[in-house]
Amino acid sequence: MRAKLKELGEEARRALSQAESLEDLNGIRVRFLGKKGELTQILRGMGSLSAEERPLIGQVANEVRAAIEEELALKNTVLKEQVKQQKLKGEGIDVTLPGTPVPRGGKHPLTLVLEEIQNIFLGLGYSIADGPEVETDYYNFEALNLPKDHPARDMQDSFFISSEIVLRTQTSPVQVRTMEKTAPELPVKIIVPGKVYRRDDDATHSPMFNQVEGLAVDRRITFSDLKGTLGLFTREMFGPNTRTRFRPSYFPFTEPSAEVDISCVMCGGKGCRVCSHTGWLEILGSGMVHPRVLEVSGYNSEEVTGFAFGMGVERIAMLKYGIDDMRLLFENDLRFLQQF
Amino acid sequence: MKVSYKWLQEFVDIDISPEDLADRLTLAGVAVEGVTKLGVGMEKVFTGRIEKIDPHPNADKLVVTSVNVGTEKLQIITAATNVREGDVIPVAVEGAKLASGLVIKRAKLRGVESRGMMCSGQELGIDPKTMPADQAVGIMILPPGTQLGRDAKEVLGLDDTILELDLTPNRGDCLSIIGVAREAAVLLGRPLRLPAPSFPELDESIEGQVRVDIEDTDLCRRFAGRLIKNARVGNSPLWMQQRLRSAGIRPISNIVDVTNYVMLELGQPMHAFDYNLLTDGHIIVRRAREGEKLVSLDGVQRDLTTEMLCITDPSGPVGIAGVMGGLATEVTNKTVSILLESAFFNPISIRRTSKALGLRSEASQRFEKGIDIGGCARAANRAAQLIAEMGAGEVVAGMVDNIPAKLADRVIQFRPSRAGYVLGADIPKSKVTGILTSLRFTVQDAGENLLVTVPSHRMDVSQEVDLIEEVARIHGYNQIPDTLTYGRSTRGIKTKEQSLTAQARDLLAGSGLHEVMTYSFINPKTFDQMNLAPDSAMRNALKIKNPLSEERSVMRTMLLPCLLEILARNYNRRVQNGAVFELGRVFIPRGENQQPEERTILAGAAMGRSPASWNQPAQDYDYFYLKGVLENLFSRTGAGAVNFLPETGDPSYHPGKTAYMEAGGTKIGVIGELHPDVLENYDLPARVVAFELDFDRLAEISGRPVVYSQLPKFPGIDRDIAILARKDIPAADILRVIQAAGGKLLREVSLFDVYQGEQVPEGMRSMAFALKFQAEDRTLTDAEAGEITGEIAGSLAAKFGAELRS
Ligand SMILES: [Zn+2]
Repeated sequence: MRAKLKELGEEARRALSQAESLEDLNGIRVRFLGKKGELTQILRGMGSLSAEERPLIGQVANEVRAAIEEELALKNTVLKEQVKQQKLKGEGIDVTLPGTPVPRGGKHPLTLVLEEIQNIFLGLGYSIADGPEVETDYYNFEALNLPKDHPARDMQDSFFISSEIVLRTQTSPVQVRTMEKTAPELPVKIIVPGKVYRRDDDATHSPMFNQVEGLAVDRRITFSDLKGTLGLFTREMFGPNTRTRFRPSYFPFTEPSAEVDISCVMCGGKGCRVCSHTGWLEILGSGMVHPRVLEVSGYNSEEVTGFAFGMGVERIAMLKYGIDDMRLLFENDLRFLQQF
Repeated sequence: MKVSYKWLQEFVDIDISPEDLADRLTLAGVAVEGVTKLGVGMEKVFTGRIEKIDPHPNADKLVVTSVNVGTEKLQIITAATNVREGDVIPVAVEGAKLASGLVIKRAKLRGVESRGMMCSGQELGIDPKTMPADQAVGIMILPPGTQLGRDAKEVLGLDDTILELDLTPNRGDCLSIIGVAREAAVLLGRPLRLPAPSFPELDESIEGQVRVDIEDTDLCRRFAGRLIKNARVGNSPLWMQQRLRSAGIRPISNIVDVTNYVMLELGQPMHAFDYNLLTDGHIIVRRAREGEKLVSLDGVQRDLTTEMLCITDPSGPVGIAGVMGGLATEVTNKTVSILLESAFFNPISIRRTSKALGLRSEASQRFEKGIDIGGCARAANRAAQLIAEMGAGEVVAGMVDNIPAKLADRVIQFRPSRAGYVLGADIPKSKVTGILTSLRFTVQDAGENLLVTVPSHRMDVSQEVDLIEEVARIHGYNQIPDTLTYGRSTRGIKTKEQSLTAQARDLLAGSGLHEVMTYSFINPKTFDQMNLAPDSAMRNALKIKNPLSEERSVMRTMLLPCLLEILARNYNRRVQNGAVFELGRVFIPRGENQQPEERTILAGAAMGRSPASWNQPAQDYDYFYLKGVLENLFSRTGAGAVNFLPETGDPSYHPGKTAYMEAGGTKIGVIGELHPDVLENYDLPARVVAFELDFDRLAEISGRPVVYSQLPKFPGIDRDIAILARKDIPAADILRVIQAAGGKLLREVSLFDVYQGEQVPEGMRSMAFALKFQAEDRTLTDAEAGEITGEIAGSLAAKFGAELRS
């Protein structure tokens, strides 16, 4: 009987080693361990054994059963894993198919540039101010030291609504409006983004365009502060290696006045088509607020100084994105807008 | 202004290249926008004289000429018609190169050999506008005495470089060679050689022959004159012609050329009268009288107004001061006596007159910016000298120089400490003195400060800060350090509206719309295109007095048409699907000479459908798409409840597919499909949806604080119900009734199906709602949920006669 049991154990091991599926495994379990299985059959013959032999054979039988069960469990794990792997293999997807589209709109490139400029100055402690686009002659010109019949009025060909009302040609009137509201409190630190209008229309001029104006007024604000601030701004905006160059210029509402060039963003200053081979790009107008402008706005120009600057958003956007015709920005072709 | 590098060198020694000079000037505020080398690529072009012209044996249009180029005679075939035997002309000989890249070779033209080419001004790179009319297209003809065989580059002054200045309006003092030379001298630390004209004078005196009275002394502050006798009017010498051409001015005659030459050299515009045609040699400078007229040099009769300053004689106007002379007293080749005028006129007056007459001349541009009142006499003398030197006339002794009131010197106190306060850099007093002195300011030491007298050529300098700029620009802006603002720090703050602006843009872009930016001016026809009633208030738009075109001649009162134009343009370019929005202002007139009300509007429009993909069908851009976008906007910006109610009266929209949006009892916008007529007017496809939202109003209602509500602790029960109701009952009303009947225990309700068609009777529709019941303090039972559902059904039946479907 002992031999029979051992034989059975061997047979079960053989059968298990050949089992290929969970069904096979189940068959083996029934065949050897089931109620009518072979081990049970053998154990039924135990009654004919002596009292001494019985426990010994019983122990052998338990060992054989335990061995078969262990083998079964092991084989079961292996086969289950095989089945899982098989299943996963059949479940693949084409991961190269495009993803499910999400709505894809976008902000206008001019807005993107405008927000970038705003964020730099917000970080420097400037607040955002705005004012009317349809302005009085007084705020657009006169208060900015541009009396009627001043030759500098030719610098900006304006659209007129009436003799006293114009479409603002610059965001600078907001300087005066803001200072009037604030004076005599200090400081004034604002930037003014907004639309302005001039009678020009070609590849580099649009009759409406966007400007950002900046103004800082306080005691002891100096020209060197202007230089430092704009140097910082241009490095933030155009990259840390950007160099600036200040050239004397003329704006009726600043004195001294300066035009600010940056090293060309395309060639880094070596000279290329974009910078007309000069290595420099004109990007900002600036200067110290003219004493007369401070006075009309309610400040004592002996005690209070300030600087102001202005830039064209379109020009910066064109440089940043390599756009060569300003009109594209206002045509709003969706194939153009989708690129930003 | 174009400045000849060679001409500059007459007044200052320049030891740097024209390009370097251009940089130095630019960095000192005299912007040079271009440096042009003349005669580049031009080689082997010589002066030659046509000795003989014979017909070409084989061609009617050609002639065979013999041209003496000094060392030899060349046979040259030409088709030119403006040349005669004896003419001196520029000749490109064998091997010559021209500016265009053309290389001259020996050639046979119709069987006859030609060994060169006669050149036109244009072929030598000379602007045709500066050529005499008869030579603008033909061969350039040089003065008869010109030496033969000389390099034409030299003879024609093409061995020069031109600096093109882009001057700011304050720097009228640089509208002359001497002005630029003065700047160059300062920058290079070189002396400036000012011309000091001297010339022989006739024995007879100007006294008793010329009388000048200035009646309107506010407009004419100086009038200097010189009298020329025995004039011989003809061509000016070649060197003078070249100088004029280098500045873009066409030579006319020796006398006129001299006046232009002096204007370019010294910045003083001048005029020459035929003295014998002036009544009594008596000049009266006064405003024109009512009804006076003058035929100006260009042959146009000008109506003069009483605001215009005129040069007159006792019989009437002979010139419009500073703008243009009169034809009747013009110098011609019959002229024998000449009165030269060198005056100072009020800049504003000249500007007004030249604007009113539409005459912007080289002279008026200089007067407008203010010329050097101290230089009038010198300019008159310089002109007299040139005329004498070139034998164009003899100078009568003495000059008239009428100065009604001597101007006081402009003396400004300069405080070096103040300069330091403004610039943030201390420039020592000695350096300041040096800079200002070199700029020809007179500087007097006054203890800590300086007393500075402004020279007469610097009209633009009137206060201390102007002097500070002068010092800073010569010292060099780039020598001033970079610092950051001193003092209290500030916080950069966005207002609520500014933050909302950014948020709205982000939300709409995130919902699939593209932001556009359009012009604020529109076509007045827009209002018709938008189907507006003839008496619609929207038609009342601000008109631009001087628009670029009719299409952009009024300020928009609505934003939507701008978006429709964008969609139409895209549709026309075969971009058929798209959704756009804009956040911009509209302008509502308030009255004559008043600023309009500027309202900020958020508008959007969409056509076609969203892009389809392999796993997701395209979504139509319809009313419900845009409504979803706006509902999201309202919810995310904390705008509270916004109701969408049927709008049937907006003429731009489809009467059955449009809603107005209402919040807190006021209308805040419109949303809907556009009216088919509007679509047709814009050539748009069959369905375009749009919305217009009063953004200022949105800003007012948005930003409600978010208050967290507790998460449910007990499970809820979901129930779906379907009802059958008349289809004209608005879904919003049904929802309201469900919510009211459901009470507190109805946590959520959503409409998930709307159906009409088969199995639904005509005029009815089936609506399916998903309901979620939940209590805060216990687990609801199925029985409770069933009870509330029953109440809801009962309410719907009672209110709308709606029946529950099963
Ligand atoms: Zn470059």
